[in-house]
Amino acid sequence: MSNENISDKNNNREENMSQMTGKQETATDRNTSNTSNTKGASATRSLGDVAAGREAKVGKAFTGGSGLEARGVHAWFGKKHVLQDISLEFATGTVTALIGPSGCGKSTFIRTLNRMHEFIPTAALAGQVLLDGKDVYEPGVDVTKIRLKVGMVFQKPNPFPSMTIKENVLSGLKLSQIKIQNSDELLESCLRRAGLWDEVKDRLNEYGGSLSGGQQQRLCIARSLAVNPQVLLMDEPCSALDPGSTLRIEETIRELADTMSIVIVTHNMQQAARVSDYTGFFLSDGGPGRLIEVASTVEIFTNPKEKRTEDYVSGRFG
Amino acid sequence: MSQAILDVKPEYPWKLTPKDLVTDFLGALFTLASTLAIVGFSPLKGKLGFAITLIFMAVITTTIMSWIKLDRKAAFNSATTVLVYVTASFVIIALASVLYEIIRLGAPGFSFSIFSNDMSQTASDMPLTEGGLLHAVIGTAYIVTFATLISTPIGILTALYIVEVKGRFAGLVRFFVQAMSGVPSIVAGLFIFALWMIQLGNAYSAVAGGFALTVLMIPTVARTAEEVLKLIPSDLREAGLALGATQWRTVAMVVIPAARSGLITAVILGIARVVGETAPLLLTIGGADAINLNPTQGNMSAFPYYVWKNLLIGSENAISRAWLGVFVLMIVVLVFFTLARYLGAARGGRK
Repeated sequence: MSNENISDKNNNREENMSQMTGKQETATDRNTSNTSNTKGASATRSLGDVAAGREAKVGKAFTGGSGLEARGVHAWFGKKHVLQDISLEFATGTVTALIGPSGCGKSTFIRTLNRMHEFIPTAALAGQVLLDGKDVYEPGVDVTKIRLKVGMVFQKPNPFPSMTIKENVLSGLKLSQIKIQNSDELLESCLRRAGLWDEVKDRLNEYGGSLSGGQQQRLCIARSLAVNPQVLLMDEPCSALDPGSTLRIEETIRELADTMSIVIVTHNMQQAARVSDYTGFFLSDGGPGRLIEVASTVEIFTNPKEKRTEDYVSGRFG
Repeated sequence: MSQAILDVKPEYPWKLTPKDLVTDFLGALFTLASTLAIVGFSPLKGKLGFAITLIFMAVITTTIMSWIKLDRKAAFNSATTVLVYVTASFVIIALASVLYEIIRLGAPGFSFSIFSNDMSQTASDMPLTEGGLLHAVIGTAYIVTFATLISTPIGILTALYIVEVKGRFAGLVRFFVQAMSGVPSIVAGLFIFALWMIQLGNAYSAVAGGFALTVLMIPTVARTAEEVLKLIPSDLREAGLALGATQWRTVAMVVIPAARSGLITAVILGIARVVGETAPLLLTIGGADAINLNPTQGNMSAFPYYVWKNLLIGSENAISRAWLGVFVLMIVVLVFFTLARYLGAARGGRK
């Protein structure tokens, strides 16, 4: 990468960053009003109501461009066909939840989106994944740049054990050799956006391992944010966390969704209803996993077109 | 009510009651008595006979006692417990008696003057107040440092090839590393003797000794480092790669720092493997009684050589010198390992 490129990138980053901090307050406002709404409601509210209670962004104009799109993605592990013909579009500024029983290929699918799929030795793939209109699997594409633009948060919190909280957040820059002047500002804004700043601002030089599980996961989110991705993939980010931390991360997701598109795999349908604008339902009937239905979250939970979707979201199987 | 709660004292219902202790004591007494009786009235004689009978009787007594107290399962559990204790104490007894002998025979000759003298002006038969082993300290330092400097990068990079790169030949390399760790040390010495000295025409030197020890040290470092790297969760690698890092950056910034203390252990084990090697050095360093500060030229001494030579001379003072050599080597290794452990643990992030 030439020097010119780097400085260019930095400028972009700063611009984006100021945009984000500008938007952050409105996001927080909206979120608090949301929380108070939910508090008043009874615990027995249906998932459809949960989804409708949130100010959905479905049908609104997206400002951030086309973003990420999967076209006819198939995946194999060895000879086993695990994903069949998945086509999905993720618009900037929205949260897409992927739901479905275990083993239906949701995680495999999101790993194809940032080319983490290829690390499994027997993996194979067909189809296209378009990022800003370009296929990420085209020969000659720099994989590391794809992964900078499409960040990922894993199921288990995995802060780097040899690094402090501060180093963890900024590790993406060091790992991908991006130089930046005001790293302290970036550190604070990333931690604020991940909802962790107030808890760790006095202990930035402690090791990441000293945090609780929920805090570690938010640290991992902050780490992904530092390289300023367009898309954030989250593979069951709350499955190892308690309800309090889960709620905190869901708030974070809603706040982040203003500036990027988020794809979240989850087994928790309440969570899908709470955080997502769109929901995709994956199912495998013994064979490869397929995308049964994708629609706005309210629709999936109130009026799904497919019988199987209805059965799944109403808890009749899976 | 609250008063009643405050009155409750912590108890330990799982601990042995006095009655249990009495029974156990009687059991132990019976074991000892029956052992003495058997040793006294049977062909089993001496310390060895006593030890074997004691173990045998201890297993039998505890088994029968738990059988009476509880049932067959408890009896089997007690028998295995005793056997595990016995085998564990074998290891401790072996190590403790080696240490005891080294200290008993080596410590009396110790004085700080041995670190400032060599044996060039002193015969081995002279009293231990004369002469010293500075030349051996210098030789071992040169040889082991040289071997460590070469084997550490080669060993760790080999492990990285097997675990991280997972190259096409990873299985083959692994097999060769394993085979190499089974090479007898004298073969390593002969190899360097044939290649470095006869073929390439070099003379005895510390460097040649270092090469010979390198052959032995690489497989130890590589195998240990491989095990250590395998323990690093793949989550961390994926996290690094998902942040847009190349594989090399991920390995250098995430995997190696996370495995740091383990990799230091790998190097320590490698040094421990070679520091006392005698056979390869006899063929490569030539041996000397005087200090040689040039590692690339001239005969060199080392601790194992010093010990070997003095044992061969065989007079009382010479054998004391040999024990002194072993004693000092043990202390040097201990100090070095403690230091390395300390440095390795100084920045451990993991809880």
